[in-house]
Amino acid sequence: MGKKFEFSKLFINLLFTVLSLVVVLPFLLVIAVSLTDEKSLNENGYQFIPTTFSLDAYRYLLDAPDILLRAYGVTFTVTIIGALVGLLLTAMTAYVISRQDYRYNRATTFYVFFTMLFSGGLVPSYILITQYLHLKDSLLALILPILLSPFNIMVMKGFMSKIPLEIIESAKIDGAREFRIFFRIILPLSTPALATLGLLISFTYWNEWFNAMLYIDDPNKVPLQLLLVRTLNSIEFLTTNSEFTGQLGIDLSSFPNSSARMAIAVLAGGPMLVIFPFFQRFFVKGLTVGSLKG
Amino acid sequence: MLNKVPLAEQRAGSGAPPGTRRRTWIGRELHHFRNNRELFLLSLPGLLYKLIFAYIPMIGLIIAFKNYRYDLGIFGSKWVGLDNFRYLFTTDTAWRITRNTVLYNTAYILVGTSAALLLAILMNEIKAKWSKFYQTALFLPHFLSWVLVGYVAYAFLNHSDGFINRTLESFGLNPVSWYQNAGPWPVILILVQLWKVVGFNTLIYFAGIIGINSEYYEAARIDGATKRQMAFKITIPLMAPIIIIMLILSIGNMFRGDFGLHYFIPNNSGFLYGSTDIIDTYVYRALREVGNVSMSAATGFYQSVVGLVLVLTANGIVRKIDSDNSLW
Repeated sequence: MGKKFEFSKLFINLLFTVLSLVVVLPFLLVIAVSLTDEKSLNENGYQFIPTTFSLDAYRYLLDAPDILLRAYGVTFTVTIIGALVGLLLTAMTAYVISRQDYRYNRATTFYVFFTMLFSGGLVPSYILITQYLHLKDSLLALILPILLSPFNIMVMKGFMSKIPLEIIESAKIDGAREFRIFFRIILPLSTPALATLGLLISFTYWNEWFNAMLYIDDPNKVPLQLLLVRTLNSIEFLTTNSEFTGQLGIDLSSFPNSSARMAIAVLAGGPMLVIFPFFQRFFVKGLTVGSLKG
Repeated sequence: MLNKVPLAEQRAGSGAPPGTRRRTWIGRELHHFRNNRELFLLSLPGLLYKLIFAYIPMIGLIIAFKNYRYDLGIFGSKWVGLDNFRYLFTTDTAWRITRNTVLYNTAYILVGTSAALLLAILMNEIKAKWSKFYQTALFLPHFLSWVLVGYVAYAFLNHSDGFINRTLESFGLNPVSWYQNAGPWPVILILVQLWKVVGFNTLIYFAGIIGINSEYYEAARIDGATKRQMAFKITIPLMAPIIIIMLILSIGNMFRGDFGLHYFIPNNSGFLYGSTDIIDTYVYRALREVGNVSMSAATGFYQSVVGLVLVLTANGIVRKIDSDNSLW
């Protein structure tokens, strides 16, 4: 009995080890390609272990870092503003919904929740933002469309409804009004939820590409992910239309080569991969709180 | 998720004290509003935001029934009745994108849910120290954008230098032009999707399993239950509420595909539209690449309405069977 037990555990551990490798190895391929000499890439293809190690791709990118730095700047700005404002609005809306004694509690919940079920879709939003709000090529077009997600509001509400009403009532007796109660009592008590959601929202902004694809043409306002989109698109365009580029007399070798492309991907995704393991336990905790009903 | 406190209880807090003078309906409402105005003000920015960015676009859906022209605007453009829909449904596009969207989502739900549940149950069997390590590894792709995953896919699938083709060649096999060959794409997309989301879903189910009272397992162990019996008789039934909520949400999203997955992994390659195109990628292309605004809006309208009907139906069915597990 005991022996069999050990064996099954070993088997499960082995299975998870293999799965973990399957998940992680693809990233190593991208990193390996970015560190391989271009000539050896052409000869041997993409390999997990560089045949000729080279930092040329990174040197090439960091020689003229303007584009990359600007993209970092845009992404940072958008992420910080978006996360702060988004978090505050999420908390404010969620708090009001979490108050069982608020008269418009159900109406507000429905108002927010309904947007999860039904939406105008892409085209009306696109026209609203470009034709009526005139936000094309504005950083606001990157921030506003994803500022407030109903799902986050529900997660936050789940956390806040666990704060006992007595705390709020006693504060009221002491003469505090709702704004003061919210900012001085509720927000500090919600720090764990704020941290979790703040991180989730930051990750969302960091990884945002869709609105950038729709609304950003100005090369000075291209965020990191859009830079990646454009590089990826241009690779495919150039490699599948080599006759075309040949006719135009464009020399392909002067374009960012394979290792440089992968190096861009590493530089854009790297920070996330480094930061993420440190915050993972917060996520796990926060998600556990939010995903369970009640 | 929604609170289920009886209305009477909620009113008690804000109602007018008994014995006050009778007021008209408006008067009473004003009175209530005055009592609740501070909380209302707190929610106001959120409400306004949703009004502008969620509710006003819903009005914009009327574009689907118009011939939209940028110079005339939403209200100035001419009504064309159902022409946009007629056009959409007479070509085989509507059928193709609907079929792809529904089939892919069904596959993602079936494969994703069963894989995640299985992994969560297995993860519960091993030491916490190790499971943390595996969780981190499996969770990793969740935090990367689809664009980046597109690069990873490209490193494998690239025709001349990609890892897969070079490996095929080293075994003496012919390389495959992955980005021009529609056949294998359903399998590729399902695998990539699984790779990206399985860690996250495993974690949600794992959190649910940890939350199960260990006394159930103790009792079952004393009665001599096997691990498999415990999984099927305790874990899965007790996990049913979480599984069902996740299923309702995904069924409601049956008509909403993952744009990033279907756009960046096949690299928006025209050769592959037959087997990779979904409603979302079609709407995007119709709007941005083809420039047919009204057609794109009609497709979006179709998507939103069917999506709403689906989620209401799914929730209704669940409520009929077991009202505790329904979403509302």
